[in-house]
Amino acid sequence: MKHLLSTRDLDRETAVGILDIAEDMARTADREVRKLPTLRGKTVVNLFFEDSTRTRLSFESAAKRLSADVITFSAKGSSVSKGESLKDTAQTLQAMGADAIVVRHHGSGAAHLLAHAGWIDAHVLNAGDGTHEHPTQALLDAFTMRQRRYGADSRGRDLSGMRVVIVGDVVHSRVARSNVWLLSTLGAEVHLVAPRTLLPSGVESWPVTVHEHLEPALALDPDVVMMLRVQQERMHAAFFPSGREYAREWGLTAERFAALGPDTMVMHPGPMNRGLEISSAAADSSASTVLAQVTNGVFIRMAVLYLLVAGSSEERA
Amino acid sequence: MTGLLIRGATLLGETREDIRIRGGRIAATGRLNAELDERVIDADGLVALPGLVDLHTHLREPGGEASETVLTGTRAAAAGGYTAVFAMANTSPVADTAGVVEQVHALGLQHGFATVRPIGAVTVGLEGERLSEIGAMARSRAEVRVFSDDGRCVHDALLMRRALEYVATFDGVIAQHAQEPRLTEGAQMNEGALSGELGLAGWPAVAEESIIARDVLLAQHTGARLHVCHVSTAGSVEVIRWAKARGIAVTAEVTPHHLLLTEELARGYDARFKVNPPLRRDDDVRALREALADGTIDIVATDHAPHPAEAKECTWAEAAFGMVGLESALPVLQTTMIETGMLTWEQVARVMSSAPAAIGRLNGYADPLTEGAPANVTLVDPAARGTWSTGDLRGRSTNTPYAGVDLAGAIVSTVHGGVATVLDGALRPADEVASAAARQREAARG
Repeated sequence: MKHLLSTRDLDRETAVGILDIAEDMARTADREVRKLPTLRGKTVVNLFFEDSTRTRLSFESAAKRLSADVITFSAKGSSVSKGESLKDTAQTLQAMGADAIVVRHHGSGAAHLLAHAGWIDAHVLNAGDGTHEHPTQALLDAFTMRQRRYGADSRGRDLSGMRVVIVGDVVHSRVARSNVWLLSTLGAEVHLVAPRTLLPSGVESWPVTVHEHLEPALALDPDVVMMLRVQQERMHAAFFPSGREYAREWGLTAERFAALGPDTMVMHPGPMNRGLEISSAAADSSASTVLAQVTNGVFIRMAVLYLLVAGSSEERA
Repeated sequence: MTGLLIRGATLLGETREDIRIRGGRIAATGRLNAELDERVIDADGLVALPGLVDLHTHLREPGGEASETVLTGTRAAAAGGYTAVFAMANTSPVADTAGVVEQVHALGLQHGFATVRPIGAVTVGLEGERLSEIGAMARSRAEVRVFSDDGRCVHDALLMRRALEYVATFDGVIAQHAQEPRLTEGAQMNEGALSGELGLAGWPAVAEESIIARDVLLAQHTGARLHVCHVSTAGSVEVIRWAKARGIAVTAEVTPHHLLLTEELARGYDARFKVNPPLRRDDDVRALREALADGTIDIVATDHAPHPAEAKECTWAEAAFGMVGLESALPVLQTTMIETGMLTWEQVARVMSSAPAAIGRLNGYADPLTEGAPANVTLVDPAARGTWSTGDLRGRSTNTPYAGVDLAGAIVSTVHGGVATVLDGALRPADEVASAAARQREAARG
């Protein structure tokens, strides 16, 4: 694998392979010395055009545990804010010897462009591009689901037979897109729940079942309920009337949470709006995987960096 | 050499004749013998068309000279077989005064590659608030007859009504960029399954169709002429067909790129394919071709929109809208409409020359290639085949969507007002064309 840009082009075998490597990475976390020498001498650049402390820290942590040299480049206060183009920034980083570039950008397709425009030949890892995809988030979500379901017996398994309900602002969500493609590739049954204003056009052609109301989807006794973050600015653009109405219709309220089955996982990519899309009762319960998702994010990012950077240098040698 | 003799061309693809050009006019057609003072152009196997007229060109001067100038843009036009272009108003300063339109018009005359007829802004600064000095522009030496806030839709219904009425006073026409602004905030590409998948904000067909529907009703109410720029959807075609059936004075254009390309090209996030209105679906392309063939859409206009490389070498959302199209327009028309049997060469001459000239009130194109008419002639080699590349471009910018695409036909020669601007596929030097054009003007005055 040269780049990771999207989950759409991952086949089942590759996806399960990434989850399995992440299992290996998780195991090293229990050791006394948690650092692996795998990427010693390699340079990983985190190129963040959008503020995202948690994703940036997760990638930094992953690269450091693999002994890579890590350079973090935030757009704020850098040459980018002085008008430097994506092309010039990328070529500058390449000239500094970047082996892999982890990119987070507000523009959909930014990672694809870096990988395919012919500007650079480093590995490109999409850490979220606009409203397009966020593949490592979907991978860590899948990893978390598999681990909760199968525990130590996870290796080699996909998500067949699991029913996942994703709720909220699908149209603007790169997390939802990446999850839809990946979870369905892994055999899960995916349901989307949102008012029509928050569903993307063409969603009827996606490998999902669409619901406009939350109750019928929750009544299916799902294995996972994933609540998407609602951006505050949507409330001022006529997507829905108010936060109160949104919470009432599509929020995982304490009542709705209480009615879920005992084994249903509650997921959220974070950061959460408590009281809006998710109640504290749900977020703080043992059903919630929110913190496990953060932990697993590091393992998944280690796995992907390993596959892209270490894997390919072996091929070259 | 005081004259030209085009020998053996197939006029409008119908009959094989010679064409004699003298004093900027067509002196004779038929079987002719070369005279001593004539330069003979061998046009064996070539189709003679009237000089093409583009009702929608961005020449960028003044203000955008890094992308294009009147000189580079009209050279691109000549290379594409055009002898007249209507230059869009979104320059800097905006073409909203007699001073700006006269300047652009004069540059066209001076360079001589094509007649430049400026389009005047409907509203001051394209701001959509106050009417610009439409009368002054109409009465200026530039004789402005087409008014447009292109790129910005005149979305205020009252302002549009007034503009239609006021422009009609000067025999003008409003060329409307039909785009409901609120429905297209942040829009990046055609709204549909692909935009949903790519995570790019959609530009829904209804944003175009709803404005066209309103505008044709306003045109009916006011009795004024309306021209719809770059129609891009099957639904728009239906609305225009309905309006024409009711006798409303509406005309419409389609761009070459909307006749050939679809939204699928957005898949690679290559911003060369970002254009406004966006590339649509296969069904739309089919409907547009049929509408051009049956006359619902009157003309082809390029919306030639040059941009510097850096405006396209960036993420899709940050990139500029638009593509260059003057040089490739006729090959695209041959590929999409002639080779498919949907139009004849004579009909291509109508949709690319006489009809746009009539809409823009440009004289000299009504009876092309006939004795006494101004000598605006384009010679096309319909047998030429090639893969398009940026090397085929003659303007200042290279944002063509056709690089690597096989297109049929090639422009061999172009004659503008009796002056050859392209010979044997090559542009003639700028100084020669400028001085020949100056001599022609002298002679016409004398």
